[in-house]
Amino acid sequence: MADIPAGERRQLAPPVDETGALGWARRNLFSGWGNGITTVVLIVAVVWLVSSFLNWAVINAVWTAPSGQECRGHGACWALIHEKYRLIFFGTYPYEQQWRPLLAILAMLTMLVLSSDRRMWNTRLIWIWTIGSFVTFLLMFGEFNISSGLIYFVALVVGAIVQSVRSTTGTPAEVWGWRAVAGVGLLGLVLRIVGIIPAWTIPIHAFTYVETGLWGGLPVTIILATYGLVFAFPYGVLLALGRRSKLPLIKGLCVGFIELIRGVPLISLLIMASVMLPLFLPSGMTIDKFLRALVAVILFAGAYIAEIIRGGLQSLPKGQFEAADAMGLNYPQKTLLIILPQALRVVIPPLINTFIGFFKDTTLVLIIGIFDFLNAANQALVDPAWAGFPAEIYLFAAFVYFCFCFSMSRYAKYLEIELNKGTRR
Amino acid sequence: MATNGTSVIQLKGVNKWYGQFHVLSDINLDVKEGEKIVICGPSGSGKSTLIRCINRLEEHQQGDIVVDGVTLSNDVKNIESIRREVGMVFQSFNLFPHLTILENLTLAPIWVKKMPKKEAEEIAMGLLKRVRIPEQANKYPGQLSGGQQQRVAIARALCMRPKIMLFDEPTSALDPEMVKEVLDVMIELAGEGMTMLCVTHEMGFARAVADRVIFMDRGEIVEQNEPEEFFAHPKNERTKTFLGQILHHG
Repeated sequence: MADIPAGERRQLAPPVDETGALGWARRNLFSGWGNGITTVVLIVAVVWLVSSFLNWAVINAVWTAPSGQECRGHGACWALIHEKYRLIFFGTYPYEQQWRPLLAILAMLTMLVLSSDRRMWNTRLIWIWTIGSFVTFLLMFGEFNISSGLIYFVALVVGAIVQSVRSTTGTPAEVWGWRAVAGVGLLGLVLRIVGIIPAWTIPIHAFTYVETGLWGGLPVTIILATYGLVFAFPYGVLLALGRRSKLPLIKGLCVGFIELIRGVPLISLLIMASVMLPLFLPSGMTIDKFLRALVAVILFAGAYIAEIIRGGLQSLPKGQFEAADAMGLNYPQKTLLIILPQALRVVIPPLINTFIGFFKDTTLVLIIGIFDFLNAANQALVDPAWAGFPAEIYLFAAFVYFCFCFSMSRYAKYLEIELNKGTRR
Repeated sequence: MATNGTSVIQLKGVNKWYGQFHVLSDINLDVKEGEKIVICGPSGSGKSTLIRCINRLEEHQQGDIVVDGVTLSNDVKNIESIRREVGMVFQSFNLFPHLTILENLTLAPIWVKKMPKKEAEEIAMGLLKRVRIPEQANKYPGQLSGGQQQRVAIARALCMRPKIMLFDEPTSALDPEMVKEVLDVMIELAGEGMTMLCVTHEMGFARAVADRVIFMDRGEIVEQNEPEEFFAHPKNERTKTFLGQILHHG
C-alpha cells in the first residue's frame, strides 16, 4: 500500500451489501440449529398470540348488544364501549348537555395543535390561548361572572408586562397607552380594596351552569394536564433559575421546595390540598376542589420540571454566560435570550418524558373524588347489566391514552429536529 | 506611540486569590488611550485573570480598577456601564450557537444600546465586511470554521462600538492555517487606533502592533517594555527563560 504513488491510488467503493431479506434472515435467524429452532418456535408463538387476539378482538367480537348477557361466550364485548362511551368520555356531566364538553375537547385540541406550530410562536400564541381557554371554560361552566377585581388585576398585569416588553421597540404613544392600562388597573384595585368604588360584575350566561363537581371524563384529564403543565412550566423555570441563584435565601427556598415536593407522593399532596387546606382557610371561604387539584398538580410538576431544566442549564458551557456578561446584557436579557433558549433545547426529550408521565398521573385525582377519563371508564364497569368486561374498558382507555402520549412523543421529535435546524454542522 | 496621553485603564495595587493561591499580586498598570498592549507569560501566570478583571468577569479582592473614569465596584449598573465600553474576544469564541451570525452581532446593540433593529443590522453588515465574511451573515456559528467564528466574535464585540478591546488568547484554539486570518483583522483594528489589551503568544503580532509588551509570571508583572527592547534585551531571568522557550521553534 505504501508503495503505490499517490496519483495512482484509486478511490475504493465501499463493499456492496449483497444480502437482501433472505440473506439477512439466513445470517441472523438461521445461522445454526439452535437459532433455527428458536426462530421457528418464536414465529409460531407470535402467530398464535396475534391470531387469538384478532379472534377475540375482531372476528368473534360483539359490536352491538342490548346488555352484557348477549356478550357472554363470544369474543370482545365492544358493545359495552358502544353503550357506555358517553359515560367514559364525559363522566357525570349532565347527559343532555354533553355536547358542551365535546366541543370543549375540540376547542382545547385545536388550541394545542395550533400552538404546536412554530410559526405561531409570537403574539398569536397569546390570542390562541386567551380565546381557546375562554371558549373551553365557557362551554364547561356554562356561565361566568367576571368580577371587577379580576378585570382590574388583568389590566394591571397585562399593561405592566406589555409596556416593559415594548418599552424599547414600541412608539412612545403605545408604551404610554399600556402604562395607562396598568395604571387604571392599579387604581381600580386600590379603590376597590379601600371600598371607594362598588364591586360590579360582567355576567356571561351562555348555557346552564354546571359546577366542577359534575365534570368528568376526557375534558377533566385534558384540562388538568394542559393547564397543569402550562403553569408548571414557567414555575419550574423560575425554580431552576432560583436554585442556581447566588443569593442564599432564594437558593435555599427553591432547593427546599423542590426537595420537599419531590420527596412526597402526588397522592399525599392531592389529599393535603383537598382535606388539609380547607382547615387552614377562614370559615366560609372555599376553594373549588378542581382548582385545588390543579394547584397540587402544578406544584408537583413544577418541582420535577425545575430539576430537568437545571440539568439543561448546567450543560451549557461557562463561556456562554461569560460572553453574555461581557456584552453588557443584564440578568433577564442573558437568561431569556441566551441561556434558556439553549438549555430548553437540550432538555426537550426528558421534558416531554415528564409531560407524558404527568398526563397519565393526573388520573390520581380520583383520590379526592374527581373523575377523570380513566376513572370515568372505571365507572362504566359498575353497571351490573354490563359487569365482567374490564379488559375491553381498559384496552379502550389505554388506546385513548396512547393516542395522546404518542402524539406528544412524535411532536417532541419534530420539535427537536425543527429547533436544531442549521445549528448542527 | 499612537497615544495622546489620557489613561483609560488604571490598575492600582490589584490583588486576587483563588483560595490560598495568589493569582494576581500587586498589579499596577496604566493603559493610555489608543495603546496596544500584549501580555504574555507561562500558563497559570495570571494573564487571563488580569484582563478578565478589567470587565469584571472575575472579581479582584484588593486595589482599584478604573476603566474610562469609572471605578469598578459591586454596583451592577457600574459593571454594566463598563462592559458597554469594553469588548471582549475569547479563546473559545463563545458565539451563541442558537442564533445566526447576524443575530449574534445585533443582539447587544438592540438589547443593551436599544438601537433600532435596522440600524443595528446595517452596522453589523458593515463589520462583517470588515472581517471579510459578509456572505456568512445568515448561517449559524456551527457552520463556520474556527477562524471565521473568531472573526465573527471580533465583529460582535466591535458592534457595541467599544473604546477598549480585550483579547484572551484569541488564536490559541485555532488550527495553524487559520491564525493569520484572525491576526490580520486584529492588526487592521490596531491600525485604526483602538485601545487593545491582548493576551497572546503570537510574538510576530506583538512586534507588529504592540506599544508595550508585558511579561507576567506567578501573578506578577515581571517586566514590561517596548517590543524591540523586550525581545532584544530582556532584563529579567524569568523573561529570558520564557522567551527562550517560546522563540526556540519560531
